[in-house]
Amino acid sequence: MDLNELVLTSGEWLRGSGPESDIVISSRIRLARNLAEFPFISRATQSDRTEIEAVLRDRILQIQESGELEYVNVNELKGIDRQFLVERQLISREHAESEGARGVAIDRREQVSLMINEEDHLRIQVMHSGLDLQTAWEQIDRIDTLIGQQVTFAYHAKLGFLTACPTNVGTGVRVSVMLHLPALVITRQIDKVFRSLQKISLAVRGLYGEGSQAMGDFYQISNQITLGKSEIDLVKQVSDIVPVLIDYERRARDFLVRESHENLHDKVSRAYGILRTAQTISSEETMHLLSSVRMGVNLGLIHDLQIPTLNELFIHTQPAHLQKLRGVELDTADRNIERARYLRRHLNKDGDDSGKN
Amino acid sequence: MKCQQCNKTATFHITELTKGKPQELHLCEDHARQYLTQSEEEPAVAPSLAGVLAHQLAVGQTAEELAKLDQRSCPVCGITFYEFRNQGRLGCPYDYVCFNSELEPLIVNIHGETEHVGKKPARYAEGTEHRTQLIRLRREMKSAVGDENYERASQLRDEIRAIEEASIKPQ
Repeated sequence: MDLNELVLTSGEWLRGSGPESDIVISSRIRLARNLAEFPFISRATQSDRTEIEAVLRDRILQIQESGELEYVNVNELKGIDRQFLVERQLISREHAESEGARGVAIDRREQVSLMINEEDHLRIQVMHSGLDLQTAWEQIDRIDTLIGQQVTFAYHAKLGFLTACPTNVGTGVRVSVMLHLPALVITRQIDKVFRSLQKISLAVRGLYGEGSQAMGDFYQISNQITLGKSEIDLVKQVSDIVPVLIDYERRARDFLVRESHENLHDKVSRAYGILRTAQTISSEETMHLLSSVRMGVNLGLIHDLQIPTLNELFIHTQPAHLQKLRGVELDTADRNIERARYLRRHLNKDGDDSGKN
Repeated sequence: MKCQQCNKTATFHITELTKGKPQELHLCEDHARQYLTQSEEEPAVAPSLAGVLAHQLAVGQTAEELAKLDQRSCPVCGITFYEFRNQGRLGCPYDYVCFNSELEPLIVNIHGETEHVGKKPARYAEGTEHRTQLIRLRREMKSAVGDENYERASQLRDEIRAIEEASIKPQ
């Protein structure tokens, strides 16, 4: 697969379409699977890992369920390309940063990714834009069934699918939605919301999964429990809470529009202004400001910008994307200058990227 | 002073400097060892799992019992219980059987349940015996090939096939 072709698009998760896509960015389901004949990754030798990769790669590429799958040997990729796949949510940070034989099969539409030798031998992931968990489940269920006919998964009659970490045992399923919740952050209700989610066994994570910061007001909500409930019930558990969260966020936005319209309009306009004129800007600040602008567009406070354009800026200003678009590797200081230049060029319609407007 | 994690006497007093704010920790030897090795080796391990495990083991276990448990290892993959609780990752499917009595309360703590409901794979090795055999047989086959003992290797290959074929369940 030519990663340079992917650079020009924004990928499935930021396509910005699908139901409720002003708040629900994407729906994602992943399944953790292991081959019965091999030790888990932590006790696998290099030759075990090579064999696991060969077996799974071979079987996976025979399955052409979700369009053409292409295989990327992650072990042979340069650091910047691995980072690029992380930014696109096609591999995890752990997969990018580990060592030894490993790879990922990806479909052209970037909806399906199958990671080999991550924490488990196989991690199947299906991601759809907007709120679309049901279809995502049907798709991943078909893929998993087809692979399960080809290989023997580690499975225990009582405990279900056996995984390297006991937190995933049973179904091995993680059902998650990525939400954009800027108004709940501004109105300081977000912590309260998360505490109540934790009480009903739902986990909250940042943009790039476990341990990552909630950059740009993006949050991932997912099931904590994987054992003792069916996959369908777990999908339902997450699906059922999403409308509630959407409602909270909309109410918080209404409140801001009603009670502090000037402040809100000011915040959004200032964010837009900085993004259009800055000469050097970090990735974190960009995410933070784009988040305000995105809400501004959704609330009709900014008229000359489209959501797909914004979504593209979210991904294209990430470090690896920026460098691949530019075609050279840059250090942090140069990246910040290049990022500001990129933003000025894309946010100033008259083509004036001098930032003097 | 007592350990912040259990009732033993705190013999380690650690001051962590994170973001300029000093944070004081008072721990017994076991918990200090766990804390220190954890933060050095595996910073990314889910803290919830380690926390749940530490709490669970601190309840109703003496230091000797814990030390003994730490040394127990899986006959299939060789992982010790100490390694598991440090990295939070198991070594092979058989660990769920050989560490069953330690893992079950942990699993209940995480999931609130002990029995899988939901999808079954199209094929799977019935019983724990067969599963561990698969790992062992495959290993022996490889070493037989390495020793150029092809007769033994093909024998072992047939055994593996027999188990795998027996494991295919009618849909």
